[in-house]
Amino acid sequence: MSRVVFLEERCKGCRLCVAACPCGILRPSGRFNRHGYEVMEQAGTCSGCASCAVMCPDVAIRVFRSVKAKEGAA
Amino acid sequence: MDAHALEAALRPADGEKCVFDTNPVLNERLTHYCPGCLHGVAHRLVSEVLHEPDLAPRTILVAAVGCATFTYDYFNVDGLEAPHGRACAVATGVRRARPEAVVFTYQGDGDMAAIGLAESLHAANRGERITSIFINNTVYGMTGGQMAPTTLLGQKTTTTPEGRCLAREGGPVHLAEIMAGLEGVAFAARCALDSVAHVRAAKKALRRAFEVQIQNLGFGFLELLSSCPTNWHMDPVTAARHVAESMIPVFPLGVFKDKAAAPSGKPSDAANESEHTAGGAADA
Ligand SMILES: Cc1ncc(C[n+]2csc(CCOP(=O)(O)OP(=O)(O)O)c2C)c(N)n1
Ligand code: SF4
Ligand code: SF4
Ligand code: SF4
Ligand SMILES: [Mg+2]
Repeated sequence: MSRVVFLEERCKGCRLCVAACPCGILRPSGRFNRHGYEVMEQAGTCSGCASCAVMCPDVAIRVFRSVKAKEGAA
Repeated sequence: MDAHALEAALRPADGEKCVFDTNPVLNERLTHYCPGCLHGVAHRLVSEVLHEPDLAPRTILVAAVGCATFTYDYFNVDGLEAPHGRACAVATGVRRARPEAVVFTYQGDGDMAAIGLAESLHAANRGERITSIFINNTVYGMTGGQMAPTTLLGQKTTTTPEGRCLAREGGPVHLAEIMAGLEGVAFAARCALDSVAHVRAAKKALRRAFEVQIQNLGFGFLELLSSCPTNWHMDPVTAARHVAESMIPVFPLGVFKDKAAAPSGKPSDAANESEHTAGGAADA
Protein backbone atom coordinates (compact mmCIF):
# COMPACT_ATOMS: atom_id res chain seq x y z
CA MET A 1 0.00 0.00 0.00
CA SER A 2 1.25 3.49 -0.85
CA ARG A 3 1.47 6.06 1.92
CA VAL A 4 2.02 9.73 2.66
CA VAL A 5 4.21 11.22 5.37
CA PHE A 6 3.36 14.63 6.80
CA LEU A 7 6.23 16.82 7.96
CA GLU A 8 3.93 18.08 10.66
CA GLU A 9 6.04 21.03 11.76
CA ARG A 10 5.80 22.44 8.19
CA CYS A 11 2.01 22.15 8.03
CA LYS A 12 -0.18 25.26 8.26
CA GLY A 13 -3.45 23.37 8.45
CA CYS A 14 -4.82 24.78 5.18
CA ARG A 15 -6.52 21.51 4.10
CA LEU A 16 -5.72 21.97 0.42
CA CYS A 17 -4.33 18.41 0.52
CA VAL A 18 -7.58 17.09 1.95
CA ALA A 19 -9.54 18.72 -0.88
CA ALA A 20 -7.07 17.49 -3.52
CA CYS A 21 -7.02 13.79 -2.58
CA PRO A 22 -9.04 11.89 -5.21
CA CYS A 23 -9.45 8.97 -2.79
CA GLY A 24 -10.80 11.20 -0.02
CA ILE A 25 -8.56 9.57 2.59
CA LEU A 26 -7.00 12.64 4.22
CA ARG A 27 -8.56 14.35 7.21
CA PRO A 28 -7.74 16.73 10.05
CA SER A 29 -6.17 14.73 12.88
CA GLY A 30 -7.25 16.73 15.92
CA ARG A 31 -3.56 17.20 16.76
CA PHE A 32 -1.78 20.54 16.60
CA ASN A 33 1.85 21.37 15.79
CA ARG A 34 4.01 23.77 17.76
CA HIS A 35 2.82 26.70 15.63
CA GLY A 36 -0.74 25.89 16.63
CA TYR A 37 -1.88 24.53 13.28
CA GLU A 38 -4.00 21.38 13.10
CA VAL A 39 -2.13 18.69 11.18
CA MET A 40 -3.66 16.17 8.76
CA GLU A 41 -3.58 12.38 8.73
CA GLN A 42 -4.06 9.51 6.29
CA ALA A 43 -7.17 7.43 7.00
CA GLY A 44 -7.60 4.93 4.18
CA THR A 45 -5.92 3.31 1.22
CA CYS A 46 -3.55 5.64 -0.63
CA SER A 47 -2.93 5.25 -4.36
CA GLY A 48 0.37 7.14 -4.28
CA CYS A 49 -0.88 9.68 -6.85
CA ALA A 50 0.83 12.62 -5.06
CA SER A 51 -2.07 15.01 -5.72
CA CYS A 52 -2.01 16.10 -2.07
CA ALA A 53 1.70 16.94 -2.25
CA VAL A 54 1.32 18.83 -5.53
CA MET A 55 -1.20 21.17 -3.86
CA CYS A 56 0.61 21.62 -0.53
CA PRO A 57 1.95 25.20 -0.46
CA ASP A 58 4.32 24.33 2.36
CA VAL A 59 5.93 21.23 0.86
CA ALA A 60 4.91 19.32 3.98
CA ILE A 61 4.04 16.01 2.30
CA ARG A 62 6.22 13.16 1.05
CA VAL A 63 4.66 10.33 -0.96
CA PHE A 64 5.86 6.75 -1.05
CA ARG A 65 4.29 4.65 -3.76
CA SER A 66 4.12 0.91 -3.59
CA VAL A 67 5.94 -0.16 -6.74
CA LYS A 68 3.27 -2.77 -7.29
CA ALA A 69 0.80 0.12 -7.54
CA LYS A 70 0.13 1.68 -10.94
CA GLU A 71 3.01 3.79 -12.30
CA GLY A 72 2.12 7.34 -13.28
CA ALA A 73 3.23 10.96 -13.14
CA ALA A 74 4.90 12.00 -9.91
CA MET B 1 5.37 11.82 15.42
CA ASP B 2 8.74 12.24 17.15
CA ALA B 3 11.96 12.88 15.21
CA HIS B 4 13.02 9.21 15.23
CA ALA B 5 9.68 7.95 13.99
CA LEU B 6 9.65 10.64 11.29
CA GLU B 7 13.13 9.68 10.14
CA ALA B 8 12.07 6.05 9.89
CA ALA B 9 8.87 6.95 8.05
CA LEU B 10 10.86 8.95 5.49
CA ARG B 11 12.90 5.91 4.47
CA PRO B 12 11.27 4.00 1.61
CA ALA B 13 10.47 0.45 2.67
CA ASP B 14 11.09 -2.57 0.43
CA GLY B 15 8.77 -2.34 -2.55
CA GLU B 16 8.29 1.43 -2.09
CA LYS B 17 9.56 4.38 -4.05
CA CYS B 18 9.52 8.04 -3.02
CA VAL B 19 7.46 9.79 -5.73
CA PHE B 20 7.25 13.22 -4.16
CA ASP B 21 10.12 14.91 -2.39
CA THR B 22 11.57 18.38 -1.98
CA ASN B 23 14.68 19.43 -3.90
CA PRO B 24 17.94 21.20 -3.03
CA VAL B 25 16.99 24.49 -4.73
CA LEU B 26 14.19 25.04 -2.23
CA ASN B 27 15.67 25.49 1.24
CA GLU B 28 14.01 24.22 4.38
CA ARG B 29 12.91 27.54 5.81
CA LEU B 30 9.21 27.77 6.51
CA THR B 31 7.66 30.54 4.46
CA HIS B 32 5.96 33.55 6.04
CA TYR B 33 2.96 33.12 3.71
CA CYS B 34 -0.53 32.74 5.16
CA PRO B 35 -1.97 29.20 5.40
CA GLY B 36 -3.10 27.99 1.98
CA CYS B 37 -1.56 30.91 0.05
CA LEU B 38 -0.59 29.61 -3.37
CA HIS B 39 2.63 31.66 -3.48
CA GLY B 40 4.12 28.53 -1.85
CA VAL B 41 3.06 26.29 -4.74
CA ALA B 42 4.59 28.76 -7.23
CA HIS B 43 7.84 28.68 -5.24
CA ARG B 44 8.00 24.90 -5.38
CA LEU B 45 7.48 24.93 -9.15
CA VAL B 46 10.26 27.48 -9.62
CA SER B 47 12.62 25.38 -7.50
CA GLU B 48 11.87 22.24 -9.51
CA VAL B 49 12.41 23.96 -12.85
CA LEU B 50 15.75 25.35 -11.62
CA HIS B 51 16.74 21.93 -10.33
CA GLU B 52 15.98 19.82 -13.40
CA PRO B 53 18.36 20.58 -15.14
CA ASP B 54 20.67 22.12 -12.58
CA LEU B 55 20.40 25.85 -13.38
CA ALA B 56 20.52 27.06 -9.78
CA PRO B 57 24.30 27.74 -9.59
CA ARG B 58 23.99 30.34 -12.36
CA THR B 59 20.58 31.70 -11.42
CA ILE B 60 19.97 35.19 -10.03
CA LEU B 61 16.55 36.06 -8.64
CA VAL B 62 15.32 39.64 -8.57
CA ALA B 63 12.67 39.97 -5.89
CA ALA B 64 9.88 42.53 -6.05
CA VAL B 65 7.81 44.25 -3.36
CA GLY B 66 4.70 42.54 -2.07
CA CYS B 67 4.06 39.40 -0.05
CA ALA B 68 6.88 37.71 -1.98
CA THR B 69 9.46 40.36 -1.09
CA PHE B 70 11.39 37.79 0.95
CA THR B 71 11.25 35.17 -1.77
CA TYR B 72 15.08 35.13 -1.95
CA ASP B 73 15.06 33.66 1.57
CA TYR B 74 13.50 30.44 0.27
CA PHE B 75 15.68 29.54 -2.71
CA ASN B 76 19.28 28.42 -2.72
CA VAL B 77 20.13 30.81 -5.53
CA ASP B 78 21.64 34.28 -5.62
CA GLY B 79 19.11 37.04 -5.24
CA LEU B 80 18.64 40.73 -4.80
CA GLU B 81 15.81 43.09 -4.04
CA ALA B 82 14.47 45.66 -6.50
CA PRO B 83 12.54 48.83 -5.65
CA HIS B 84 8.77 48.40 -5.96
CA GLY B 85 7.82 47.60 -9.57
CA ARG B 86 11.36 47.85 -10.92
CA ALA B 87 12.39 44.19 -10.87
CA CYS B 88 12.55 43.95 -14.69
CA ALA B 89 14.75 47.05 -14.87
CA VAL B 90 17.10 45.64 -12.23
CA ALA B 91 17.05 42.24 -13.95
CA THR B 92 17.97 43.95 -17.24
CA GLY B 93 21.14 45.25 -15.65
CA VAL B 94 21.94 41.93 -14.01
CA ARG B 95 21.50 39.93 -17.21
CA ARG B 96 23.45 42.37 -19.38
CA ALA B 97 26.32 42.44 -16.88
CA ARG B 98 26.25 38.65 -16.47
CA PRO B 99 25.19 37.24 -19.84
CA GLU B 100 25.86 33.68 -18.67
CA ALA B 101 23.37 33.98 -15.81
CA VAL B 102 19.77 32.79 -15.70
CA VAL B 103 17.84 35.79 -14.37
CA PHE B 104 14.25 35.86 -13.22
CA THR B 105 11.85 38.19 -11.48
CA TYR B 106 8.96 37.12 -9.25
CA GLN B 107 6.35 39.87 -9.04
CA GLY B 108 2.83 40.42 -7.82
CA ASP B 109 0.06 42.10 -9.78
CA GLY B 110 0.34 45.31 -7.78
CA ASP B 111 4.08 45.36 -8.33
CA MET B 112 4.26 44.43 -12.00
CA ALA B 113 0.97 45.69 -13.45
CA ALA B 114 0.56 48.91 -11.42
CA ILE B 115 3.63 50.76 -10.15
CA GLY B 116 6.00 48.78 -12.37
CA LEU B 117 4.02 48.55 -15.59
CA ALA B 118 6.33 50.83 -17.59
CA GLU B 119 9.55 49.08 -16.55
CA SER B 120 7.98 45.66 -17.15
CA LEU B 121 6.57 46.40 -20.59
CA HIS B 122 9.73 48.09 -21.82
CA ALA B 123 12.01 45.30 -20.58
CA ALA B 124 9.71 42.85 -22.37
CA ASN B 125 9.57 44.99 -25.49
CA ARG B 126 13.38 45.19 -25.58
CA GLY B 127 13.42 41.41 -25.47
CA GLU B 128 15.61 41.28 -22.38
CA ARG B 129 16.76 37.72 -21.80
CA ILE B 130 14.98 37.39 -18.48
CA THR B 131 12.03 35.39 -17.18
CA SER B 132 9.22 37.08 -15.25
CA ILE B 133 6.78 35.22 -13.06
CA PHE B 134 3.66 37.28 -12.46
CA ILE B 135 1.46 36.29 -9.53
CA ASN B 136 -2.11 37.42 -10.17
CA ASN B 137 -4.10 37.27 -6.94
CA THR B 138 -6.38 40.23 -7.82
CA VAL B 139 -5.26 42.35 -4.83
CA TYR B 140 -2.37 44.06 -3.12
CA GLY B 141 -1.93 41.23 -0.63
CA MET B 142 0.88 42.57 1.51
CA THR B 143 -0.64 45.94 2.25
CA GLY B 144 -4.06 44.63 3.23
CA GLY B 145 -6.11 43.97 0.12
CA GLN B 146 -6.35 47.16 -1.94
CA MET B 147 -7.52 47.04 -5.56
CA ALA B 148 -4.92 45.83 -8.07
CA PRO B 149 -5.05 46.31 -11.85
CA THR B 150 -6.23 42.66 -11.99
CA THR B 151 -9.10 43.06 -9.51
CA LEU B 152 -12.27 41.51 -10.94
CA LEU B 153 -15.26 43.68 -11.81
CA GLY B 154 -17.55 43.79 -8.82
CA GLN B 155 -14.83 42.56 -6.47
CA LYS B 156 -14.84 44.29 -3.10
CA THR B 157 -11.46 45.46 -1.87
CA THR B 158 -10.50 48.02 0.76
CA THR B 159 -10.26 50.67 -1.98
CA THR B 160 -13.35 49.48 -3.89
CA PRO B 161 -15.71 48.85 -0.98
CA GLU B 162 -18.69 48.71 -3.29
CA GLY B 163 -16.97 46.52 -5.83
CA ARG B 164 -14.75 47.41 -8.77
CA CYS B 165 -16.74 49.37 -11.31
CA LEU B 166 -15.81 49.45 -15.01
CA ALA B 167 -16.77 53.10 -15.46
CA ARG B 168 -14.90 54.26 -12.37
CA GLU B 169 -11.81 52.01 -12.11
CA GLY B 170 -11.55 50.34 -15.51
CA GLY B 171 -11.50 46.61 -16.11
CA PRO B 172 -9.01 43.90 -15.12
CA VAL B 173 -5.69 44.13 -16.98
CA HIS B 174 -4.82 41.04 -19.02
CA LEU B 175 -1.05 41.16 -18.81
CA ALA B 176 -0.26 37.83 -20.50
CA GLU B 177 -2.12 38.89 -23.66
CA ILE B 178 -0.48 42.34 -23.59
CA MET B 179 2.96 40.75 -23.21
CA ALA B 180 2.27 38.37 -26.10
CA GLY B 181 1.72 41.38 -28.36
CA LEU B 182 5.24 42.75 -27.80
CA GLU B 183 7.91 41.85 -30.32
CA GLY B 184 10.60 41.17 -27.70
CA VAL B 185 8.53 38.58 -25.87
CA ALA B 186 9.44 35.01 -26.77
CA PHE B 187 6.99 33.23 -24.48
CA ALA B 188 3.81 34.45 -22.80
CA ALA B 189 1.31 32.22 -21.04
CA ARG B 190 -1.23 32.17 -18.27
CA CYS B 191 -1.67 29.17 -15.97
CA ALA B 192 -3.44 28.64 -12.65
CA LEU B 193 -2.47 27.11 -9.32
CA ASP B 194 -5.95 26.08 -8.16
CA SER B 195 -5.88 22.36 -8.99
CA VAL B 196 -3.48 19.46 -9.42
CA ALA B 197 -3.90 19.40 -13.22
CA HIS B 198 -3.38 23.15 -13.50
CA VAL B 199 -0.31 23.08 -11.24
CA ARG B 200 1.22 20.34 -13.37
CA ALA B 201 0.50 22.37 -16.55
CA ALA B 202 2.00 25.45 -14.88
CA LYS B 203 5.27 23.64 -14.35
CA LYS B 204 5.56 22.85 -18.05
CA ALA B 205 4.86 26.46 -18.99
CA LEU B 206 7.35 27.68 -16.41
CA ARG B 207 10.02 25.51 -17.96
CA ARG B 208 9.32 27.09 -21.37
CA ALA B 209 9.46 30.56 -19.83
CA PHE B 210 13.02 29.79 -18.68
CA GLU B 211 14.01 27.95 -21.86
CA VAL B 212 13.41 30.95 -24.13
CA GLN B 213 15.81 32.98 -22.02
CA ILE B 214 18.47 30.28 -22.12
CA GLN B 215 18.00 29.83 -25.87
CA ASN B 216 18.48 33.59 -26.24
CA LEU B 217 15.07 34.03 -27.91
CA GLY B 218 13.81 36.88 -25.76
CA PHE B 219 11.70 37.68 -22.73
CA GLY B 220 9.84 34.84 -20.98
CA PHE B 221 6.58 35.66 -19.19
CA LEU B 222 4.31 33.45 -17.13
CA GLU B 223 1.20 34.70 -15.36
CA LEU B 224 -0.01 32.44 -12.55
CA LEU B 225 -3.54 32.78 -11.21
CA SER B 226 -3.06 32.53 -7.46
CA SER B 227 -5.08 33.09 -4.30
CA CYS B 228 -5.08 35.45 -1.35
CA PRO B 229 -7.28 33.69 1.21
CA THR B 230 -6.53 36.34 3.83
CA ASN B 231 -7.62 39.41 1.90
CA TRP B 232 -10.38 37.55 0.08
CA HIS B 233 -11.74 36.56 3.49
CA MET B 234 -12.05 32.95 2.38
CA ASP B 235 -10.68 29.69 3.71
CA PRO B 236 -7.90 28.30 1.47
CA VAL B 237 -10.04 25.60 -0.18
CA THR B 238 -12.80 28.10 -1.02
CA ALA B 239 -10.15 30.54 -2.28
CA ALA B 240 -8.73 27.91 -4.66
CA ARG B 241 -12.26 27.23 -5.90
CA HIS B 242 -12.73 30.98 -6.39
CA VAL B 243 -9.70 30.96 -8.72
CA ALA B 244 -11.40 28.27 -10.81
CA GLU B 245 -14.91 29.72 -10.75
CA SER B 246 -14.35 33.48 -10.83
CA MET B 247 -10.84 34.15 -12.13
CA ILE B 248 -10.35 31.63 -14.95
CA PRO B 249 -13.49 32.77 -16.82
CA VAL B 250 -12.06 36.32 -16.81
CA PHE B 251 -8.41 35.36 -17.31
CA PRO B 252 -8.38 32.50 -19.84
CA LEU B 253 -5.57 29.97 -19.51
CA GLY B 254 -3.29 29.30 -22.41
CA VAL B 255 0.00 29.85 -24.17
CA PHE B 256 -0.41 33.10 -26.07
CA LYS B 257 3.01 33.07 -27.67
CA ASP B 258 5.90 30.64 -27.90
CA LYS B 259 8.79 31.47 -30.22
CA ALA B 260 10.64 28.36 -29.08
CA ALA B 261 7.86 26.27 -30.59
CA ALA B 262 8.08 28.03 -33.98
CA PRO B 263 9.23 25.70 -36.74
CA SER B 264 12.22 27.89 -37.63
CA GLY B 265 12.87 28.95 -34.05
CA LYS B 266 14.31 32.27 -35.19
CA PRO B 267 13.67 35.20 -32.84
CA SER B 268 12.65 37.57 -35.63
CA ASP B 269 10.40 35.11 -37.41
CA ALA B 270 7.18 36.58 -36.02
CA ALA B 271 4.98 35.42 -38.90
CA ASN B 272 5.66 31.76 -38.21
CA GLU B 273 4.89 31.89 -34.54
CA SER B 274 2.43 29.32 -33.35
CA GLU B 275 -0.09 31.23 -31.31
CA HIS B 276 -2.83 29.68 -29.26
CA THR B 277 -5.53 31.09 -27.11
CA ALA B 278 -7.68 29.89 -24.25
CA GLY B 279 -7.11 26.56 -22.61
CA GLY B 280 -5.55 23.41 -23.93
CA ALA B 281 -2.18 24.60 -25.10
CA ALA B 282 -0.77 25.06 -21.61
CA ASP B 283 -1.54 21.41 -20.93
CA ALA B 284 0.22 20.17 -24.04
C1 LIG C 1 7.36 52.88 -3.60
C2 LIG C 1 6.39 52.07 -2.81
N1 LIG C 1 5.08 52.34 -2.89
C3 LIG C 1 4.18 51.60 -2.18
C4 LIG C 1 4.61 50.59 -1.37
C5 LIG C 1 3.59 49.79 -0.58
N2 LIG C 1 3.39 48.44 -1.11
C6 LIG C 1 4.02 47.38 -0.59
S1 LIG C 1 3.57 45.94 -1.29
C7 LIG C 1 2.45 46.75 -2.30
C8 LIG C 1 1.57 46.01 -3.26
C9 LIG C 1 1.91 44.57 -3.41
O1 LIG C 1 0.93 43.91 -4.13
P1 LIG C 1 1.27 42.76 -5.15
O2 LIG C 1 2.40 43.17 -6.01
O3 LIG C 1 0.00 42.41 -5.83
O4 LIG C 1 1.82 41.56 -4.26
P2 LIG C 1 1.03 40.55 -3.29
O5 LIG C 1 1.31 41.03 -1.92
O6 LIG C 1 -0.41 40.58 -3.64
O7 LIG C 1 1.65 39.21 -3.57
C10 LIG C 1 2.47 48.12 -2.07
C11 LIG C 1 1.62 49.09 -2.76
C12 LIG C 1 6.00 50.33 -1.31
N3 LIG C 1 6.49 49.34 -0.56
N4 LIG C 1 6.87 51.07 -2.03
S1 SF4 D 1 -0.99 10.36 -2.63
FE1 SF4 D 1 -2.99 10.58 -3.66
S2 SF4 D 1 -4.29 9.01 -2.72
FE2 SF4 D 1 -2.49 9.24 -1.38
S3 SF4 D 1 -3.17 10.73 0.14
FE3 SF4 D 1 -2.14 11.89 -1.47
S4 SF4 D 1 -3.78 12.52 -2.84
FE4 SF4 D 1 -4.62 10.88 -1.54
S1 SF4 E 1 -1.73 21.14 2.18
FE1 SF4 E 1 0.17 21.05 3.37
S2 SF4 E 1 0.05 22.78 4.79
FE2 SF4 E 1 -2.01 22.43 3.97
S3 SF4 E 1 -2.99 21.08 5.48
FE3 SF4 E 1 -2.12 19.74 3.90
S4 SF4 E 1 -0.06 19.25 4.67
FE4 SF4 E 1 -0.78 20.98 5.86
S1 SF4 F 1 -1.76 38.29 2.34
FE1 SF4 F 1 -2.57 37.06 0.64
S2 SF4 F 1 -0.91 36.94 -0.91
FE2 SF4 F 1 -0.03 37.64 1.06
S3 SF4 F 1 0.74 35.76 2.05
FE3 SF4 F 1 -1.31 36.16 2.84
S4 SF4 F 1 -2.70 35.01 1.52
FE4 SF4 F 1 -0.71 35.16 0.45
MG1 LIG G 1 -1.21 40.79 -5.62
